[in-house]
Amino acid sequence: MEKVLTKDVPADGSALDIQGYEKAGGYQGLRKALKMAPNEVVEVVKQSNLRGRGGAGFPTGLKWSFVPRGAGAPHPKYLCANADEMEPGTFKDRLLMESTPHQLIEGMICAAYAIEADVAYIFLRGEYFLSAERLRKALAEAYAKNYLGKNILGSGYSLEMHLHLSGGRYMCGEETGLLNALEGKRANPRTKPPFPQISGLFGKPSIVQNIETLCNIHHIINNGPEWFKGLSKSADAGTKLYGASGKVKRPGLWELPMGTTVREILEEHAGGMKEGLKFRGLLPGGASTDFTCPVGFVQNLEHFFAQESCGWCTPCWSGLSWAEKMLQSIEDGQGQESDLERLAFICRFAGPGNTFCALAPGAVEPLQSALKYFREDFERHIREKRCPWR
Amino acid sequence: MAKIWVDDKWYEVNPDQSLLQACLELGFDLPYFCWHPALGSVGACRQCAVKQFKDENDTQGRIVMSCMTPASEGTRISVKDPDAAAFRAGVIEGLMLNHPHDCPVCDEGGECHLQDMTVMTGHNYRRTPFPKRTFRNQYLGPLVNHEMNRCIQCYRCVRYYREYAGGTDLQVFRSRNIAFFGRQEDGILESEFAGNLVEICPTGVFTDKTLKQHYTRKWDLQMAPSVCVHCGLGCSTSTGERYGSLRRILNRYNGEVNGYFLCDRGRFGYEFVNSEQRVRQPLSRQDGKLKALAKPKAVEQVAGVLKGNEKVIGIGSPRASLESNFALRSLVGPDRFFSGMSDESFHLVSMMAEILRQGPARSASLRDIELSDAVLILGEDVSNVAPRIALAAHQSVRQQPMETTDKMKIPRWLDHPVREVIQHDTGPLFIATPNATRLDDVATATYRAAPDDIARLGFAVAHAVDFQSPAVPDISGELQTLAERIARTLKAAKRPLVVAGPSVKSEAVIQAAANVARALSKDGKIASLSFTMPEANSLGLGLMGGGNLGAAFKLVQEGKADTVIVLENDLYLRTSAKSLEDFMQAVRHLVVLDHVSTPTTAKAEFVLPASAFAESDGTFVNNEGRAQRFFQAYLPKDDIQESWRWLLEIMEAAGHPEAGSWRGFDDLVSAAASAVPALAKITEAAPTAKFRMVGEKIPRSPFRYSGRTAMLANLNVSEPKPPDDPDSALAFSMEGYPDQPPSSLTPFFWAPGWNSIQSVNKFQSEINGPLRGGDPGVRLIEPPQGGSGLYFSGPSRPFEARADEWLLVPVYHVFGSEELSCLAPAIAQLAPKPYIALSAADAERLRVKEGDPVDLNLAGAALRLPAMVQPDLPNGLAGLPAGLVPLEGSGLPAWTRLSRS
Amino acid sequence: MLSPEERQEIVAEFEHYPDKRALTIDAMKIVQKHRGWVSDEALKDISELLGVSVADLDSVATFYNLIFRKPVGRHVIMVCDSISCWVMGYDRLRDHLMNRLGIKMGETTADGRFTLLPIVCLGTCDHAPALMVDEDLHRDLDTDKIDSILEQYK
Repeated sequence: MEKVLTKDVPADGSALDIQGYEKAGGYQGLRKALKMAPNEVVEVVKQSNLRGRGGAGFPTGLKWSFVPRGAGAPHPKYLCANADEMEPGTFKDRLLMESTPHQLIEGMICAAYAIEADVAYIFLRGEYFLSAERLRKALAEAYAKNYLGKNILGSGYSLEMHLHLSGGRYMCGEETGLLNALEGKRANPRTKPPFPQISGLFGKPSIVQNIETLCNIHHIINNGPEWFKGLSKSADAGTKLYGASGKVKRPGLWELPMGTTVREILEEHAGGMKEGLKFRGLLPGGASTDFTCPVGFVQNLEHFFAQESCGWCTPCWSGLSWAEKMLQSIEDGQGQESDLERLAFICRFAGPGNTFCALAPGAVEPLQSALKYFREDFERHIREKRCPWR
Repeated sequence: MAKIWVDDKWYEVNPDQSLLQACLELGFDLPYFCWHPALGSVGACRQCAVKQFKDENDTQGRIVMSCMTPASEGTRISVKDPDAAAFRAGVIEGLMLNHPHDCPVCDEGGECHLQDMTVMTGHNYRRTPFPKRTFRNQYLGPLVNHEMNRCIQCYRCVRYYREYAGGTDLQVFRSRNIAFFGRQEDGILESEFAGNLVEICPTGVFTDKTLKQHYTRKWDLQMAPSVCVHCGLGCSTSTGERYGSLRRILNRYNGEVNGYFLCDRGRFGYEFVNSEQRVRQPLSRQDGKLKALAKPKAVEQVAGVLKGNEKVIGIGSPRASLESNFALRSLVGPDRFFSGMSDESFHLVSMMAEILRQGPARSASLRDIELSDAVLILGEDVSNVAPRIALAAHQSVRQQPMETTDKMKIPRWLDHPVREVIQHDTGPLFIATPNATRLDDVATATYRAAPDDIARLGFAVAHAVDFQSPAVPDISGELQTLAERIARTLKAAKRPLVVAGPSVKSEAVIQAAANVARALSKDGKIASLSFTMPEANSLGLGLMGGGNLGAAFKLVQEGKADTVIVLENDLYLRTSAKSLEDFMQAVRHLVVLDHVSTPTTAKAEFVLPASAFAESDGTFVNNEGRAQRFFQAYLPKDDIQESWRWLLEIMEAAGHPEAGSWRGFDDLVSAAASAVPALAKITEAAPTAKFRMVGEKIPRSPFRYSGRTAMLANLNVSEPKPPDDPDSALAFSMEGYPDQPPSSLTPFFWAPGWNSIQSVNKFQSEINGPLRGGDPGVRLIEPPQGGSGLYFSGPSRPFEARADEWLLVPVYHVFGSEELSCLAPAIAQLAPKPYIALSAADAERLRVKEGDPVDLNLAGAALRLPAMVQPDLPNGLAGLPAGLVPLEGSGLPAWTRLSRS
Repeated sequence: MLSPEERQEIVAEFEHYPDKRALTIDAMKIVQKHRGWVSDEALKDISELLGVSVADLDSVATFYNLIFRKPVGRHVIMVCDSISCWVMGYDRLRDHLMNRLGIKMGETTADGRFTLLPIVCLGTCDHAPALMVDEDLHRDLDTDKIDSILEQYK
């Protein structure tokens, strides 16, 4: 199985510096891209079937094609790398940034070139100090070698790239929340349409792209779209970083073909559940569980989402905090029969289509699933007026 | 128009709207919170959800927010759909998780949008046992009360305060379900438009603190359509009374004038009506002292003084109604009637009236100002002089940037996307004033200069627009560049506007503004001109005519008059004490009608208690030239009555021929309309007293189930008959025709299920459009097509600072510069102390620091004032705060020596 | 007053953005890096430097998790309370820390040495449970390990 994103990850946990990166073939994709027209880069990425790795899975090349390009396009245009990794149980971007920061930078320059961006920002989670340190060093190296700055490698194309450390908020990971945060505002989500490609950062055309997505770009340019499609087991092209954590034998992160099944990841790569434990459920994104209270599990998740709600739309700020409180009271043995019906109501109330952004629908998904598959556990809490796992 | 289907019936709607707007216009009761007609849609509260269907075969549909969805052709929605209805009830339930349910002790109760929407959605049972979140409330000053526990996080307050009104000290703090809306720390809200929070907030977080002093529920108020008296803009208000005292002022939507918003002076200045200083009984001078006198005796005695007396003159007032002024004019004769304005004010107001009448530029309504796409302000600190213009100008700077978003096909009602594209971009707004203004934040360029230089800028702009307009001699390169830049911008605009007025006491500034507007009009543009006016009825008096105060004094000095009737006017605010002294000496009989005691009433032989605006019927003409009728909310207690009524009674007693034929208010209006051609249309300002709706009068009180009979039950159980109102179509009662009256007769907004001010949507012909049947008032001034447009010649000399003298110019304060509002305790509390403003260099030259006393001579009187250093003030000027230091009649701008005490 | 270093660091960021008003978060984080937290006085100074009102700054400050508007201890311990760490024993870890330090979550020890705060997922779930002390990440924790970690921070 061919590894792409992680093939040059140093085994000792260090970061690959620019010499090492170049030696491994780094910045060749960029050189190639700079010889192409921006439109051709967009076209290649389109043909590769690369989809966003941030969760929504929107075709990357198609997204770029909405950005006004050529003479008459508004400037400055912006590229924003979304490195605000904060989804509970997700830990893939950290690895990429800490180990191969130049891979991200090269991918970003290629992407920025494709959309004719003038400025690029890496929006990094505020807690990722090691990533910040390594990215800062890598940026300085890239500037020194004229991969960044004015007239990159004599191509006539110029790009400034800056690192921004987040003030810390889950909403910054939502692309329009991220834009507001970069503008120094509260990270409330924005109305769409207009989409960021038309009116984004500072009201100008912008692309917000996940780290893992960006790390693929120059590989695609280097090796071609057909190669990229061939890496996958499914219609979705390329590889993907999959992680597993919780009570499995070998928690970790693996680069696998797109379309790898959860069963394969759990059983083959994570080594299955720890001795004596039985698989009962998992949270897409990474965590698996057994011998853990499903009510407590969901309560922890809803606590997270309720805390991170930006406070903009009613179903989210109101519904999630209500759900969290009900789950806590069930867990504490104070629950009532009618709570389950109310929780089900909140799942509908804060569900898809009803809220301003995807936070609340994402939050009620595990709750809905828990109510469906672990109903007996909920009922037992209420019946016995205690948590049976405590 | 677009065809849309709502619950399987089709309607024609304007496709440039959101579905919410369309549904409200169609009369559907669709609940909402975060949407406000002036603020647009942001999709926060999710209250206005409806079900949308792809086509007629789609039975599933999906929930959409009607506020965020355009009413485009072929849209199919259901308001009644059970899923949508359940979702809307869920939103209320969510909002109510933390709401304190304290309606009985909440000032908003009975006119609360949250109450209305809760009833509308049918949510009525609280299903959660968890404790509610609580907040500490803040002190926000004497005008607005803060009770954060009631908050439902709709974000309207901060959107209005910051984005619409340009304030910076109100914000949202924290997030999720504990968002806090307030200031960074306790303190007085800085914006002079903060009072609108009371109406913007859909529940009781922000409420009227002055109302709290004498709280009354909306349903217990007796209300009337009224007009603000605290500046010349004539904002429509609704006055509310109970037990003989005026309880509060609410905005009364007028599409052409104030829209949804008032300034704080207009909203909270009303308490002068309840002031201790009110004159409540007729007084006559006996043994040198003013003593109470029975009403019939007063009429008889004053009539006695006037009968056969050929030396009577009348001094009117720009703060009194046209009717009262006209009654006085009729009593003394047009030749012996004087407008009561100071000489300089009279001169400037007359000039502005003449310019507006000649055209060709048309006087701008406040709505016109909002829609202007390039604005030049000459000499006026509008935030302090005519605040509502500043709020309108704040909207005007969005007009040009919104052309960009129009091109991007972002509908204007989609508020945040529009703002995200615009960012901090503003359209052209040029401000030339002596001192810094609060509108400077959004100005394209500002020019700090003496009045003469401001005029020179204006003349230079006019010349740059049309070379036939006189050039400015000896103009500096810098000023020429600025003038050309402004001229280019105004010429490029579609709806340019020039704002000026009498504030800096310079006729040249007014003439310069006229030249610019005329030059633009000549260019084929629809240019507008907005002159501020010093008082509520200044332009009305300007149109009515009559001499200035100096002419009145002259008659008395020459012995041609010795009996003076003064109407609602404190002469001590109009001219220097010294010139009044001689006048008072020469007057034999002084009759003063006023609502409060003033230095003038203190000198009178007779004082007659006049009713204030809320107790009176009358007409004001605002700065636009719009005649607007105001009606009494209640009959004042004691012997107080309208000045015109006093004057009619006196005329009748004195055997005046005309009085006998005037049977009431409407006769007086008609007589004024036929006597003064410029006022011919004032009869159209509102329907007459004979007007009836299906045979019934219009109730001043909302319908309520708790009877009015209980009000005085501790005194008398028999129900008193409501007093008659022979002068208007309004009744002092809750009985009458229960449906919508004409806009000029609407005492309050209410519709079934809509008890709050939000009910205004039921009264508008379209959202944000005129009220049904047209907005209140009638324009008296329409310049002739292709009017004369002759140019004024400009001032020859630029301003030069002097070595030993300073040019005194007035500066203004929204709280403090206006006479009547200063009698309202809450406003008085916000007024600054008197001072003299100097530039930093001049302060240094005088060797004074901030607060050090400075001596000066003002119209013969010695004054000592603390210095205030204003870095923006040009060298050689000294600013004196109007109203806080008596400036009228002292011939400003005037040169004077200053010295360190 | 902002120190010369603070001012210099903030001004250096100006050129990274088209509008200095975008620097609210960066500026407050720079001040916090130097002082541990952002005081009312610091808000006023930043407000003048950026041309943003104090209310706007505090609105942003109170929105984000990593800007402290109250004084904190010399070291800030942020314990991940998200799902993987919760599954792997967050509760025990937290209780142990609270006992050891004699404070509750959100509090600072009397000697001003530690402030204890919860933090959302630190993105190191395969090494749960985890926490951060200042800028250092500590992973695969148990109660013994914690005791030796605390010793490193005086």
